[in-house]
Amino acid sequence: MLAMRHISKVFRTDLIETHALRDFSLEVAEGEFVAVTGPSGSGKTTFLNVAGLLEGFDSGTYLLDGVDTSGLADDARSRLRNEKIGFIFQSFNLIPDLDIFDNVDVPLRYRRMKAAERRERIASALDLVGLASRAHHLPSQLSGGQQQRVAIARAIAGDPKFLLADEPTGNLDSLMARQVMDLLEQINEMGTTIVLVTHDPELARRAQRNVQIVDGQVSDFRPYEPHARPAPMAAAATA
Amino acid sequence: MFGYYVKLAARSLRRNPGITSLMVLAIALGIAVCVITLTVYHGMSSNPLWWKNDRVYAVTLDSWDPEEPADDKHPDLPPPQLTWRDAEAVTASGIPLRAVRMFKGFGVVSSDAAGSVRPENAIVRVTSADFFGLFDVPFRHGGGWKAAADSGPEPVAVLSRETNERFFGGANSVGRTIRWDDRAFRVVGVLDDWHPAPNFYDLNNGAFDEPEAMYVPIGWAPVLELKSAGNTNCWKPEEIKTYADFMASECIWLQAWVELPDSAARVRMQGWLDNYVATERKSGRFQRPDNNRLTPVDQWLRDNDVVGNDNRMLIALAFAFLSVCLINTVGLLLAKFLGSASITGVRRALGASRRQVFLQHLAEAGLLAGVGAGLGVLLSLLGLYGLRAMYASPWGGVTSVMHVNAWSLAVTVALAVGAALAAGLYPAWRIGRLAPSVYLKSQ
Repeated sequence: MLAMRHISKVFRTDLIETHALRDFSLEVAEGEFVAVTGPSGSGKTTFLNVAGLLEGFDSGTYLLDGVDTSGLADDARSRLRNEKIGFIFQSFNLIPDLDIFDNVDVPLRYRRMKAAERRERIASALDLVGLASRAHHLPSQLSGGQQQRVAIARAIAGDPKFLLADEPTGNLDSLMARQVMDLLEQINEMGTTIVLVTHDPELARRAQRNVQIVDGQVSDFRPYEPHARPAPMAAAATA
Repeated sequence: MFGYYVKLAARSLRRNPGITSLMVLAIALGIAVCVITLTVYHGMSSNPLWWKNDRVYAVTLDSWDPEEPADDKHPDLPPPQLTWRDAEAVTASGIPLRAVRMFKGFGVVSSDAAGSVRPENAIVRVTSADFFGLFDVPFRHGGGWKAAADSGPEPVAVLSRETNERFFGGANSVGRTIRWDDRAFRVVGVLDDWHPAPNFYDLNNGAFDEPEAMYVPIGWAPVLELKSAGNTNCWKPEEIKTYADFMASECIWLQAWVELPDSAARVRMQGWLDNYVATERKSGRFQRPDNNRLTPVDQWLRDNDVVGNDNRMLIALAFAFLSVCLINTVGLLLAKFLGSASITGVRRALGASRRQVFLQHLAEAGLLAGVGAGLGVLLSLLGLYGLRAMYASPWGGVTSVMHVNAWSLAVTVALAVGAALAAGLYPAWRIGRLAPSVYLKSQ
């Protein structure tokens, strides 16, 4: 699904060069649930931006679902991002003056989908996250957990193969965090590949595989091998 | 997708009503000032006889002082009027389809009609029969007089619509009597509304001067020994004791116009003028270099400075003001777009390309300019209405050019589109170039 080989990404200013990713390699197979962890400044966010095609890279190769992303023009990158990737952010990033329905509609609009199909997908995504009855509420009228569930609905409405979640529970209390993680697991079980960036070891343990980034590199890179899913957090807590 | 962009634009503009109002007002004021200035300029510089621009010509000959030009400001131009005998010769040349010699007269106009108003001082054009056909003057009743009435002269007159309204209550007065000073004239025609602006055929007393109340045959000039109520300019020290002396003098006081149906006729007329001047030169006249002109109306307006440099300067200032308004709008728009950069970042992350972000923001700028242009047109109309009220006169005068016409509206639309492009292009482009990852983090 995702294959990064020897990626390097350098941020340059007049005075210094910062190597955010150096000789970075990572493979994530289709249907996998991978947690990416690492200390602050290790390069997690840069990895997320490169993986999400929000930023380019200086050298190496990056194949997303078999498509070589290096050298793609902005239009092609945007189309690939729209069709293949769903984003979930720590701070939800809902558009405040659009209601829930219109927020979930945003990625579908850029896919030039017919109105009837968009309506169907939005209803189905909101149904999955349990917020169908709130379709015409504004984000400010929802709790944090509900807002993150809307963000998840928005991420999956376009039926992407790959979800990128950046600290999706960072702004939530433990109960809401558990609900969000349950939802992500449910989505993963439906076949969507998920890469979760977090510094929370509890959350990371719920993924099938943990990858640690240190100083812009995967500290223990090895090609993909199938893993067994660990016990769900709730079950683990009561065990 | 365009509908979606417009919907987002409307929502975005509603989000900040204060800034939106400021931007709309800036665009509207800039456009209104430009439209008002352009409308007045266009009206003042327009050719009221444009459809005959290749047929109707002012005739001028340089009979002026050999020592100095008639006009120091335009030393290359012959004087704008002719002497009596030159004007008479031009109209008798037999080459033009129509030929007119004329001057502005003045006197008291009155009527014996029952219920008529009291006598009034009025401008009377003393002209030849071809005046009405040459200038395509519209008639409400009757028509002009025959050429024979000029030489008679016959006591016939044509009234303006306003004069007919005043003295005959607007009824068909053909056949009725109107008095000019002590002489009675039979009305043969009443004009429809006709106020060419500028008053191109006689620019001596201002391009937007009071129009004539009535028209009488040129033949009455020697009979009544009429003098011009416009300009009479003489350069030669001559003894002028009688009206016959005046008619034979080098004083210029008549306007001459000809209608030449094609270029061959124009060439023939030019040849005739050159020959005429050469012949007259033998008797000691026309000692200046040959400068015999047939000038079309548009060039005539330029030669006579109908639109002065002040007006052109006003146009430049109006556009400078529009530029300042647009620069302010660009600044406000840029601040507004950058203020919502995090939302743009989200849209980019969800699949919007730079082009789509650019188009979305351009739609917002376009909507803003559309509203601004709408308000601008409204302000223009109000401004022109105010100007008309301020400079109103019974005959229209300069206010007759202060109407928003199709040309002004077309300019407004072009300005609005220009404003949208000018004010929206850069901010829309700039917002599309932002790195979405930076603004996603900042939300």
